[in-house]
Amino acid sequence: MSELQSAPGVDTPPWLRRCLIGGAVLVMALLVVLPLLMVLLSAFGKGFATWWGALTTPDAISALKLTLLTAGIVIPVNAVFGVIAAWSLTRFEFRGKRAVLALVDLPFAVSPVVAGLCLVLLFGSQGWFADLLRAWDIRILFARPGIVLATLFITFPFVVRELVPLMQQQGSEEEVVARSLGAGAWTMFFRVTLPNIKWGLLYGVLLCGARAMGEFGAVSVVSGHIRGLTNTLPLHIEILYNEFDSTGAFAVSSLLAGLALMTLVLKFWLEARHGDALAQARRRH
Amino acid sequence: MLLIQQSPRQPGHAPATTAAHTRIGHHAAMDSNGHGVDLRIEGVTKRYGATTALDSVELHIAAGELVALLGPSGSGKTTLLRVVAGLLQADGGRVRFGDTDATQLSLRDRNVGFVFQQYALFRHMTVAENIAFGLRSRPRRRRPDRATIRRRVDELLTLIQLQEHGSRYPEQLSGGQKQRVALARALAIDPTVLLLDEPFGALDAKVRVELRRWLRRLHDQTGQTTVFVTHDQDEALELADRVVVLRDGRIEQVGSPREIYAEPASAYVFDFIGRASVLEGRVADGRFQVDGQPAAFDAPGVADGSARLYLRPHDAVPAGAGDGLEACVAAVHHHAGRITVELALPGQPRHLELDLVGAPDTSTPEIGAPAGVRLLRYRVYPA
Repeated sequence: MSELQSAPGVDTPPWLRRCLIGGAVLVMALLVVLPLLMVLLSAFGKGFATWWGALTTPDAISALKLTLLTAGIVIPVNAVFGVIAAWSLTRFEFRGKRAVLALVDLPFAVSPVVAGLCLVLLFGSQGWFADLLRAWDIRILFARPGIVLATLFITFPFVVRELVPLMQQQGSEEEVVARSLGAGAWTMFFRVTLPNIKWGLLYGVLLCGARAMGEFGAVSVVSGHIRGLTNTLPLHIEILYNEFDSTGAFAVSSLLAGLALMTLVLKFWLEARHGDALAQARRRH
Repeated sequence: MLLIQQSPRQPGHAPATTAAHTRIGHHAAMDSNGHGVDLRIEGVTKRYGATTALDSVELHIAAGELVALLGPSGSGKTTLLRVVAGLLQADGGRVRFGDTDATQLSLRDRNVGFVFQQYALFRHMTVAENIAFGLRSRPRRRRPDRATIRRRVDELLTLIQLQEHGSRYPEQLSGGQKQRVALARALAIDPTVLLLDEPFGALDAKVRVELRRWLRRLHDQTGQTTVFVTHDQDEALELADRVVVLRDGRIEQVGSPREIYAEPASAYVFDFIGRASVLEGRVADGRFQVDGQPAAFDAPGVADGSARLYLRPHDAVPAGAGDGLEACVAAVHHHAGRITVELALPGQPRHLELDLVGAPDTSTPEIGAPAGVRLLRYRVYPA
């Protein structure tokens, strides 16, 4: 098998190769790097003091707190349920499995705004659960629970999509052997399954976290934009921009950009150290 | 051997005879020689929808025996192994380990040592950790202390001759080494029976033969009751104390390798094991008349009617033309150490194969030359 997989593009003429690589790099530079660079330049354009000032307004700080709180809830929940879903989909046979697998991708297919509107439909004052919520005096929309729910929905697929192909390829033989050797279910999970999927899980969690912090569309619909209360960082940036406070907007954007860059660096490090393990697990079968 | 105390039964638990609360512990797993129990398969049936994978299979394996389940794909051999292990639930019948009815016990409670064809070593653990896994996974009450586990692992590493490889990872081992580690890992828990699912299937031909012999020596050393599944008849005949030939979910024959080879109970077994040539004909009054030939042979006990005569390539010798069967040389095949002569017989649809010793000075028969064939041994089965 490996002999057939010779280096791709080995017979491409050098000039064409350079054009293609150069073209790809140029497009990436224009579409991705340049905007990010502009954000960073504009953020620090008026000096460090202004930048810090914009970041430390009470609204900005509460937006940061809400973003981190949301990520802090969404990441562990999606990690746990992602593992459960991946386990069910790869280790059990049941009717409608294919449908469930397709449904996992639903949050990707649906526009985030539509996702937000669905939550309004369910939990809004005219919504399906309106009476129930009133009876229990629970606010979902225009409050933090709504934001967390919206983000949960949007970020759900990441962990599952990473784990399902990985667990399918690894197969259940190691787990069967562990059971035959006398391991209980939890022992089997923590000592055999989890170590085998840990890099895929970390990768999925990383993507989930990055998206959780940057989500705009769905959160915007359910949030109500109440300053100091229901604004996440992306929403706060929008508000600043709409008020023509571009310095402030860019300053807070640089924070998000910084978080994004950190995610990228972590992803890069993960792949560099364990990409071979990841790729190996994928190639094994 | 490792000494582990079985946990005292707690008050309020159901008595030992209830399968639901039984676990085949260390003491129950030992017979008087201390290595594994006898295995009884009683009327085991397994169906998949309309297909019957196992049809009321009856088999008794004595403690310490090494038994091969042999058959082509679809014969039910792997299904049977998995039912014994507890990986599959039988639709009918019972499985007993010694005195315990294990039919309702889970895979975990049966305490069997299962070895997969693809080894299934824990890839993120070292060899030593792999072997120690079973012992370290025991509930605290039954878990031996660290030093005991360490000693046991060292014992097993010595047994499988991989003393220097304890801290290696599976990916650093060869296929043969991995399989040895998988065996040691299964042996570490003092299993009731050792179950091997085509254990050498993933290995090179040469390694397969070496490991086969090594397994036999290991078995002679440990005396562990072992059942292994294979479709390779050489492996079954060389390795096993007894061979169970399966066909379409039923046992065709059980016997020692010699019996299976020399006294096959049916045409299927004769044909499946070793090489066979077939002659078509009819039986009348205990005599088999070869179609299209004057020759006839004794066939005591075979019912009248169409029948087939089976023989091995070394059961026939060349004779002068006109002596025995009439044939003519169709082809000559040279192998290392022997020459196989393919003979066409008038009135017979298939060629007959005859082996000659391939010594350098053996004369090669001419293609097209007439020849006679005399049979030394044969078996006749109704068609």
